Amino acid sequence: MSRVIAHLSRRYHFSAAHRLHVDALSAEANRETFGKCNNPYGHGHNYVVEVTLSGPVDAATGMVTNLADLDSFARREMVDLFDHANLNMLEVFRDRVSTTENLCVTVWEIFAGYPHARLERVRIEETGNNSFEYYGEGAPMRR
Amino acid sequence: MILLTRKADFSAAHFYWNPAWSEEENVRVFGKCANRQGHGHNYTLEVTVAGEIDGVSGFVVDLKLLKEILEREVVSVYDHRHLNYEVPEFAEASGAVPTTENIAVAIWRRLEGKIPGARLHRVRVYEMPDLFADFYGEGA
Repeated sequence: MSRVIAHLSRRYHFSAAHRLHVDALSAEANRETFGKCNNPYGHGHNYVVEVTLSGPVDAATGMVTNLADLDSFARREMVDLFDHANLNMLEVFRDRVSTTENLCVTVWEIFAGYPHARLERVRIEETGNNSFEYYGEGAPMRR
Repeated sequence: MILLTRKADFSAAHFYWNPAWSEEENVRVFGKCANRQGHGHNYTLEVTVAGEIDGVSGFVVDLKLLKEILEREVVSVYDHRHLNYEVPEFAEASGAVPTTENIAVAIWRRLEGKIPGARLHRVRVYEMPDLFADFYGEGA
């Protein structure tokens, strides 16, 4: 079964504050563009990150990747960075609006460095009613 | 072409163990999942089929029939069973550890060719809401 390719998805949770604001725009333009998300004091969400990885199912372990490895990577590289933080204060969002679209790209950049499987998709739920997906630079939408 | 997905649930016990390894190696790799007394999950299976909409019935596939196939081929075999001891594809001699990945592959193999009029597109198995595996077929 070593060349049987499966996709594995794992969900992680973190809570963070953010504010949608672009310094280059006027206060009015920011309010007009971002609405209540431009509230100067910020607001927050319980984010859910769903990462999908693919790879051959290892014949000895039955796994695409060991979840203990993936979980420790996710905690170290992502959750510890974002959980109970203000996203706008992080270096990565200094010149990037902290929309969930941009958060998807940031999370992609993090998990692209996971050494044990191929990153296929990052999906983030900002609230129960909206979610965003990213398949990597230039990749078309998939399933 | 349109995709149609049907869900089914089953609850089962399992543990992870590679008989070719020492106990220490099994515990190192599989952690608490290597406990040979087993543990269990409420699994959710999502089977997605692809096909054309029938001009007369408006169906891709008869949902009642699809439900019966899932029940016969998967749920009746897996539900309230111990996967390692009672499901042949995960018997120790088969070498397939009942991980979520291997369960998705095994369910694909159980269903392939058994759904009239539609093509199996994806098998998704949730071990829990925060963990699931997808399989799109051999060579996909």
